[in-house]
Amino acid sequence: MKKKTNDTLKNKSILIGLSVLCTGLIAVSFLENDAVSPLRQASGFVITPIQKGINGFGSWLSGLTDNFEDAVSLRKENEDLQAKVDTLTEENTQLVQDKEELTRLRELLSLDEQYDDYEKVGARVIAKESGNWFQLFTIDKGTSDGIQKDCNVISGGGLVGIVTEVGPNWATVRSIIDDNSNVSAMVSTTSDQCIIAGDLRLIDEGSLNLVKLTDSDNKVHVGDKVVTSYISEKFLPGILIGYISELNNDSNNLTKSGYITPVVDFRHLQEVLVILQRKEYVPSDSVSDNSGSSGTTGKAEASKESQAETPAQTETSTDSTDAQE
Amino acid sequence: MRRKLTMTVLILISIILQSTVCQMISIASVKPNLLIILTVSFGLMRGRRSGMLTGFFCGLLTDIFFNTIIGFNALIYLWVGYFSGNFYRIFYDDDIKTPLFLISVSDIVYGIVQYGFLFLMRGRIHFFYYLGRIILPEMLYTLILTFVVYQILYAINKKLCMTDRGGTDSFVS
Repeated sequence: MKKKTNDTLKNKSILIGLSVLCTGLIAVSFLENDAVSPLRQASGFVITPIQKGINGFGSWLSGLTDNFEDAVSLRKENEDLQAKVDTLTEENTQLVQDKEELTRLRELLSLDEQYDDYEKVGARVIAKESGNWFQLFTIDKGTSDGIQKDCNVISGGGLVGIVTEVGPNWATVRSIIDDNSNVSAMVSTTSDQCIIAGDLRLIDEGSLNLVKLTDSDNKVHVGDKVVTSYISEKFLPGILIGYISELNNDSNNLTKSGYITPVVDFRHLQEVLVILQRKEYVPSDSVSDNSGSSGTTGKAEASKESQAETPAQTETSTDSTDAQE
Repeated sequence: MRRKLTMTVLILISIILQSTVCQMISIASVKPNLLIILTVSFGLMRGRRSGMLTGFFCGLLTDIFFNTIIGFNALIYLWVGYFSGNFYRIFYDDDIKTPLFLISVSDIVYGIVQYGFLFLMRGRIHFFYYLGRIILPEMLYTLILTFVVYQILYAINKKLCMTDRGGTDSFVS
């Protein structure tokens, strides 16, 4: 009997001890995120190769089933593709002409082609976050391939997310559909700034929240392209995110909000491209200096957006900066 | 010693399966929760201490590998393990009804805590949406998986008890 009470006591003390430890860890990871990264490095070193192996097996299996696909459908697909090639060739010639014109005009404007070709590295998605609540995934490349924290990740021509954690042979990516994700974006036709926020409730519909769109001229329409904004701290400008699918006036009548459909198929994400070049981090006061020199409109818009962002988003701001950092 | 080694391997396998295979078998993008099954099963079969430690390490490893807040999952799984350890001795562990019940309760609590701290705190107030879309489906899927996984874990535990101390282990704790 005595042994039993002793045991219960010991169990209770273990429980309390570990709970305190956990609480401490939570506090530490809130205050000092870098303190825990050595732990991540170590665990990633062990777990990643195994995940890679298991995933390889899985894709081998699915590749096997694909082989049984009907030859008829393949033939039909071939025909379709041939037709597509024809139209594309036609389009291509047109585009080449346009491009020549563009380069000419660019030279005139003495614009660098700094955003045209980033150096990229391809990577395979090997694991997803263990629960159902967040949209993080792990890829099989890391610092040894030049990937760093805050590198942008794209796939199929659209923005996928951003690297949040990196090890020698792995990196964790937060998708833009994650509930914590906020991306500063703009409508490509009018350069109106907005914020693209992920929402777990919209994932099934395959859309994303578009909020705080400043469109005082009413020129933004459904179907317009949304790209990453040049005032974003973490995202390179001009990466396609998606197309506006719905647009409504906010109750304050100053901004608009709606939904966009991303170009990336997040459900079947297998391979991604990581852009090795990162957007340089510039402290906020020098940002306004820079944009001031580049043009008054840019500055006005930048400050407008930061104002719009601060009061309403205090609740999410810690998370959102986390997500983008 | 052998028990500790087996536990470590089991935890590692569960975490790896959770992040790879579970993602492949997910239905409507909801995955079952293997770690809850592991934690509750060992709490039920081996008592509070095992449940607590299994849960703690399961949670800690998921935190380390995926979450930005280290210790959050560890804390939840720790209490889940302790809670299920309370039912050790009260129920026979070869009866599948008890683990089914405990796992469903734990998974719902796990979901609600996740929602409460990580979503409600950020102003996502539509609790019933999340309940219907994630918490309950996850629980159902986990329950279905329990039928298979619990048998395996039960067999492993039985073998461990046999080799450890001649079959008396599960009665002397």
